[in-house]
Amino acid sequence: MPTNILMPALSPTMEKGNLARWLKKEGDTVKAGDIIAEIETDKATMEYEAVDDGVLAKIVVPEGAQDVAVNSVIAVLAGEGEDVKKIASGAGSAKQTAPVSPSPQRAEGVTQSSPRAPAPAVAHGANRVFSSPLARRIAKDANVDLGRVQGSGPHGRVIARDIAAAKSGAGLRAPGAASAMPMAATPSDQQIRALFADGSYDVVPHDNIRKIIAQRLTLSKQTIPHFYLTIDCDIGKLSAAREEINVAAPKDKDGKPAYKLSINDFVIKALALALQRIPNANVTWTDGGMLHHKHSDIGVAVAIPGGLITPVVRHAETKSLSVISNEMRDLAARARAKKLAPHEYQGGASAISNLGMYGVKDFAAVINPPQATILAIGAGEERAVARGGQLAVATIMSVTLSCDHRAVDGALGAELMAAFKALIENPVMMVV
Amino acid sequence: MADTSFDIIIIGSGPGGYVSAIRAAQLGFKTAIVERDYLGGICLNWGCIPTKALLRSAEVFHLMQHAKDYGLSADNVGFDPKAVVARSRAVSKRLNDGIGFLMQKNKIQVIWGEASIEAQGRVAVKASKTEAPKGALGAGAYVAKHIVLATGARPRVLPGLEPDKKLVWTYFEAMAPDRMPKSLLVIGSGAIGVEFASFYRTLGTEVTVVEVLPQILPAEDAEIAAFARKSFEKQGIKILTNAKVTKLDKKSDSVTATIEEGGKSQTITVERVISAVGVTGNIENLGLEKLGLKTERGIIAVDQFNKTNVPGIYAIGDVSGPPMLAHKAEHEGVVCIEAIKGLNPHPMNKLMIPGCTYCWPQIASVGLTEQAASEKKLDIRVGRFPFVGNGKAIALGEDQGLVKVIFDKKTGQLLGAHMIGAEVTELIQGYVVAMNLETTEAELMHTVFPHPTLSEMMKEAVLDAYGRVLNM
Repeated sequence: MPTNILMPALSPTMEKGNLARWLKKEGDTVKAGDIIAEIETDKATMEYEAVDDGVLAKIVVPEGAQDVAVNSVIAVLAGEGEDVKKIASGAGSAKQTAPVSPSPQRAEGVTQSSPRAPAPAVAHGANRVFSSPLARRIAKDANVDLGRVQGSGPHGRVIARDIAAAKSGAGLRAPGAASAMPMAATPSDQQIRALFADGSYDVVPHDNIRKIIAQRLTLSKQTIPHFYLTIDCDIGKLSAAREEINVAAPKDKDGKPAYKLSINDFVIKALALALQRIPNANVTWTDGGMLHHKHSDIGVAVAIPGGLITPVVRHAETKSLSVISNEMRDLAARARAKKLAPHEYQGGASAISNLGMYGVKDFAAVINPPQATILAIGAGEERAVARGGQLAVATIMSVTLSCDHRAVDGALGAELMAAFKALIENPVMMVV
Repeated sequence: MADTSFDIIIIGSGPGGYVSAIRAAQLGFKTAIVERDYLGGICLNWGCIPTKALLRSAEVFHLMQHAKDYGLSADNVGFDPKAVVARSRAVSKRLNDGIGFLMQKNKIQVIWGEASIEAQGRVAVKASKTEAPKGALGAGAYVAKHIVLATGARPRVLPGLEPDKKLVWTYFEAMAPDRMPKSLLVIGSGAIGVEFASFYRTLGTEVTVVEVLPQILPAEDAEIAAFARKSFEKQGIKILTNAKVTKLDKKSDSVTATIEEGGKSQTITVERVISAVGVTGNIENLGLEKLGLKTERGIIAVDQFNKTNVPGIYAIGDVSGPPMLAHKAEHEGVVCIEAIKGLNPHPMNKLMIPGCTYCWPQIASVGLTEQAASEKKLDIRVGRFPFVGNGKAIALGEDQGLVKVIFDKKTGQLLGAHMIGAEVTELIQGYVVAMNLETTEAELMHTVFPHPTLSEMMKEAVLDAYGRVLNM
């Protein structure tokens, strides 16, 4: 019996993905465990392994296809001894295979349909905003996004008076907790484009990473009450220690050192230890209760072409600087190659964003939920400081902690910063 | 021993009261309804229904008189006033029995007598003069968590024009005349006044209508009211506006009325007078003063869910204010009961309550008149379509009438609709539904209306408002 190969859900939130590449062609023999395709998800490119043995009879979704809905059929696998040609020409009754399959009935008998056909129909059904004709017209004139209006008519239908209320900002549904916030309607694409002369720009469609960044960080800024704490750290001792440690690194036979610590590695370690010392800051807000984390899982923002990704160094408080350093090097390399698995970039209690290498003095980062804090690292630079009434030169690094006020209050955040400063200014303490 | 404790007691069994009782029973409330005179209240017994029966007799009589227009012959066409009234009473009786059946079916306890509220949650019922229907409880003390006042209204009495029920009638006497008066003065040109004027005129009475305001049918759109006036005058009804009856001199079988019109005084002598100067709420002898229940100019003050200022006491229908219409009372009752149940009903939008007047030609309307829209400084579009452009109207021999619609120019919101002509009381609901669904002109234009019907005029009027009328 032929088997339908379905678009997998590679993370719990994944609704659609792009079919980046086919590694098998029609007619190829496939063994369970073979990598047959690469799927581009929200944040990474994932390899897709075959579950069954057989012959790849038909590729339904071509390479490069965008926004393929999870559980739609992407290929058909012929079983042993089955007529590959007959299946390829469209035999109907194939069984399904996919790692996660919440609604298998949707894929029934769609082997021949075009890959993207089912997706828009479903989206249309789910996104329909029930509204009265008058409400639609007034909303259009007032430039109010109907989808954000809380309907007060029967079964939540949006009626004229809801638009009148929305115009004054009431009853507008923003994502999450900010629903009561008065907000001007977002201008349409057309309105924005109209501000620029025709031909003066190119339109580059958003890839998944860009969409996710836009969505998550908008959500973050709209739903998380941010506040910021900036502190200057003297990294004189740290720089000296780093040099000594790196010089002392054992070298392999090619003369390559076993490790090369960066300032950032120290920062990761210091933040991890600081969170252990101030455990009340090592938390995540949920509506039901505060999650107090036992370990320090530190996300580290890595710039990648077209965006950024935040791989997480797990249990960083237990790891030595050299382990953190090597692990970070590997994570960053695989992040740039878009080869991270979801478990490598999801979660974390705090994060680090370092723009010091670009000479940025200090900045404030946007919290990446579910994390409660993020530490923005500026450049270490020589600055004039006053010491005991005398001017002196010191290497100073300004760092700014963004805090989710729901989870971390001002004094608590300040305690975390003090603990971090104590560690980063006296790196010897990290050894304890 | 009868159970005297209820979740809800409703006082008054008119259309507001009995519908509230049924809705309450549907929602699982143990419900009782108190009535002193007749199940169904004024509407069924002395209002909406029996007058429609009378007007139907008049309409059939009128058609028979004009049988020749339809190629028919009908000689010696006449009528027997007693039989006409008897038919009207029979219609009321039938519906009155129907209410008894509905109460029984919904397990609603009928309590017969005159109710007053002793205290929050306590209703005292005194025996009434009329005979109780079978199965009803009688005088006694009753308790209820919620008390709904649905006591309705009665004819308003102006000083000097007090009805004596013999020569000067209210609608009660006007509905059951022993003979047709040769001449009749109708004071007031609201729905009740013009319906009786139409009825008596059709059956041959000389009718004079006196209205204190500059316009007859003061609640209606001025254009429609003017159309009606022309029709009435063509039928031989004499109409005086900006006029006031100041004195009634009663003789043995006639009345001489003094009418002041524009500073000039004149007298007319008629056999009978109908006082139709409006209705006033029944708020007396209910114990409201003792409870400190707030009333304003003869009606009980309520919020949007018909709560009074006293917890556990509600008022619906005529007694809770205008428009004093049966369908307003019914819907208000349903909303009130659902709010008591905690169902979060939508409060009634009084701007979308249609009004129907069953004179000849009929009048029906909903929403804003053109004048009201102008007073609100709304930018409007008006569309009209006359009956003479409609095939069905011509086939019916009813080519006199007008459909008028008023839209908000900017949003296309249907603000009001006003109609005069045959069967418009049956047509208006199309516009009422459209208004409630918040349709704009676009959906109305996109709707297919059946041919040949009078309803096609409703679409044509919409098209006319946008310069797209087809059949004119």
